Amino acid sequence: MGEAVLGVRDLHTHFSTYRGVLRAVDGVSFELKRGETLALVGESGCGKSVTALSIMGLVRRPGRIVRGEVLFGGEDLLRKSQSEMRRVRGGRIGMVFQDPLSTLNPTFSVETQIVESLRIHGVAKGKEARERSIELLEAMGIPAARERMGAYPHELSGGMRQRVMIAIAVSCEPELLIADEPTTALDVTLQAQIMDLLAEIKEERGLSIALITHDLGIVSQFSDRAAVMYAGQVVEQGAVAELLEEPLHPYTQGLLRCVPRLGRADVALTPIEGSVPDMAALPPGCRFAPRCPKAWDRCRDELPEMREVKDDRFVRCHMYGEEESPMDEPEVV
Amino acid sequence: MWGRFVTRRLIQLIPVLLGVSFIVFFTMHLTPGDPIEHMLGQAGHVTQEQIEELRGHYGLDRPLVVQYGLFVGNAARGDFGLSYSHHGRAVASVVRERLPATLELTLFAFVMALVFAIPAGVIASLRPQGVFDRGATIGALLGISMPGFWLGIVLMIVFGLQRNWLPISGRIDLAVVPPARTGLYTLDALLSGNGAAFWSALKHMVLPGLAMAAPMAAMVMRMVRSSMIGVLAQDYVQFARAKGLPERTVVGKHALRNALIPTVNIVALQTGLLLSGNMIIETVFQYPGLGKLAVDAIGAADYPLVQAVVLIYAVSYVLLNVGADALHAVLDPRVRVA
Ligand SMILES: Nc1ncnc2c1ncn2[C@@H]1O[C@H](COP(=O)(O)OP(=O)(O)OP(=O)(O)O)[C@@H](O)[C@H]1O
Ligand SMILES: [Mg+2]
Repeated sequence: MGEAVLGVRDLHTHFSTYRGVLRAVDGVSFELKRGETLALVGESGCGKSVTALSIMGLVRRPGRIVRGEVLFGGEDLLRKSQSEMRRVRGGRIGMVFQDPLSTLNPTFSVETQIVESLRIHGVAKGKEARERSIELLEAMGIPAARERMGAYPHELSGGMRQRVMIAIAVSCEPELLIADEPTTALDVTLQAQIMDLLAEIKEERGLSIALITHDLGIVSQFSDRAAVMYAGQVVEQGAVAELLEEPLHPYTQGLLRCVPRLGRADVALTPIEGSVPDMAALPPGCRFAPRCPKAWDRCRDELPEMREVKDDRFVRCHMYGEEESPMDEPEVV
Repeated sequence: MWGRFVTRRLIQLIPVLLGVSFIVFFTMHLTPGDPIEHMLGQAGHVTQEQIEELRGHYGLDRPLVVQYGLFVGNAARGDFGLSYSHHGRAVASVVRERLPATLELTLFAFVMALVFAIPAGVIASLRPQGVFDRGATIGALLGISMPGFWLGIVLMIVFGLQRNWLPISGRIDLAVVPPARTGLYTLDALLSGNGAAFWSALKHMVLPGLAMAAPMAAMVMRMVRSSMIGVLAQDYVQFARAKGLPERTVVGKHALRNALIPTVNIVALQTGLLLSGNMIIETVFQYPGLGKLAVDAIGAADYPLVQAVVLIYAVSYVLLNVGADALHAVLDPRVRVA
């Protein structure tokens, strides 16, 4: 696919806590191409949300973006002023959050919350904004949209709320939509509906989507490429089909062994040994080394670089270094 | 919806008023002190017949239960009887004369407290443990721990006696009293275009108003601060930012509206305390309002007057709560159920 819409390079976002500096995002790099859906996958706490907030310029104290680049439309968003970023947020980049009940303001009507977005970005105002809002809600598959305009979030079902939130996020025709676990708070049937809706909007509006999830099923069904995150870093990136078929990084391999595969009852489920490292006291070498079945000395001492091992396949692992690893060819799951 | 809400709440007023009047009536009549003796205290020689005659005049010779029944019946028609201590004037007219003063002072203190407390609470919440927050916390602690009368006296000494900046007693400079319309001097002064009267009335309210407002401002500020801190951590605040709204809209609209919901109760509660603080502050500042009237009436065993004033306080408490509930419903759509 074509040129990159979003390029995140060596992003570091740290939080100062009473336990010391917490490196929530510690050298994240990935690229999102125009018109594609990139899944950001990883266990809870690996820094997916913080990455999303860093892109939006929404990291707040005690967090701080230490360094890195967020290239969007040929510019580094991290160099933009707050007022420039306000035009990007909700304008050129929309964001959808996990829990639609807590994300919509309980004290304002649906109308107020959508119209506000249209007005602040100068898309429409007054009666026109109202009409546009109704059209948007209809496009999101909300029945009786006109009547729903006056409703408050608590009067809507979970699925409706999520649709309203998506309507707000795409109201100003963004180029990029960041969806942070958009379906985690919903039940399974609703999940499928919302994911279908996102796929539909993406086609119609030519959106690019950064889809944060920990659901590998969603990754395989709804995304083109995926970046696997572990302890604040991307450890592997590539086209979804290949990545799931032939995971390179031992962490990705482990992750795939944890998910049941439909129709593959013969494959035993094995959890990854050990636990996620303390982000305030990360190991000096590869973040995954303490849990990695294939780690050797070098892994514990030296942090591997991200390398392009094949066309459009990136991995951060010493097994795929220029020098030969003591291991043979990577095992295929 | 609103009509039904208000009617229902006003009907609830009736048992409250009956209860309050009962308690006040009997506590007043059972406490020692004879109003007739108070009345005749200064007069020289009085005969037993004269005393009995006065008792009859004020209905004090009837059984207590009958007196109570008469009181309730008359009060329902707005007749609170004759005051013992104001040369036998009608209680209703004495009260009507004093009510605006208290209303004005209370309103002034209320507005002053909120105008200070809400912005201060919001600013403190933006940077918890920051310089402003720490300063405000210390200020609030002082405000909460200083008794109103003590603060009143300190203010009086510092700004009234040592500097002579502000008047320390009365309601207005008697030379500039504006023509009465509403009875609120500042409003009357504005209506008649009398600047001197306006300033004089305002200046007279500053010290007593401050003494009353300080504890309320402190409590409300703390409440706004803590609920803002909670609200600012909510997803909808982050989402509002993600929409591209400027921080002032995020804080002043999305966060504040939610933070004010729990604050309403504290404001109602504190306004109730403001009312009860009236009696002390008005006495300290010789401010001719209901509070001072009540204190004087108690001293004079002026039963009818005390009863009337206490009933007014009770009604205001109830109205305050009705107001708080209504405001709650305005702010929070989740409680707006028919
Ligand atoms: N405001 C904050 N203050 C301190 N630490 C934070 C803050 N926000 C996030 N973190 C830390 O940053 C790390 C990454 O958090 P993040 O929310 O990005 O995880 P995530 O991958 O989105 O997980 P999940 O799947 O649970 O949403 C976590 O260790 C978290 O504790
Ligand atoms: Mg998250």
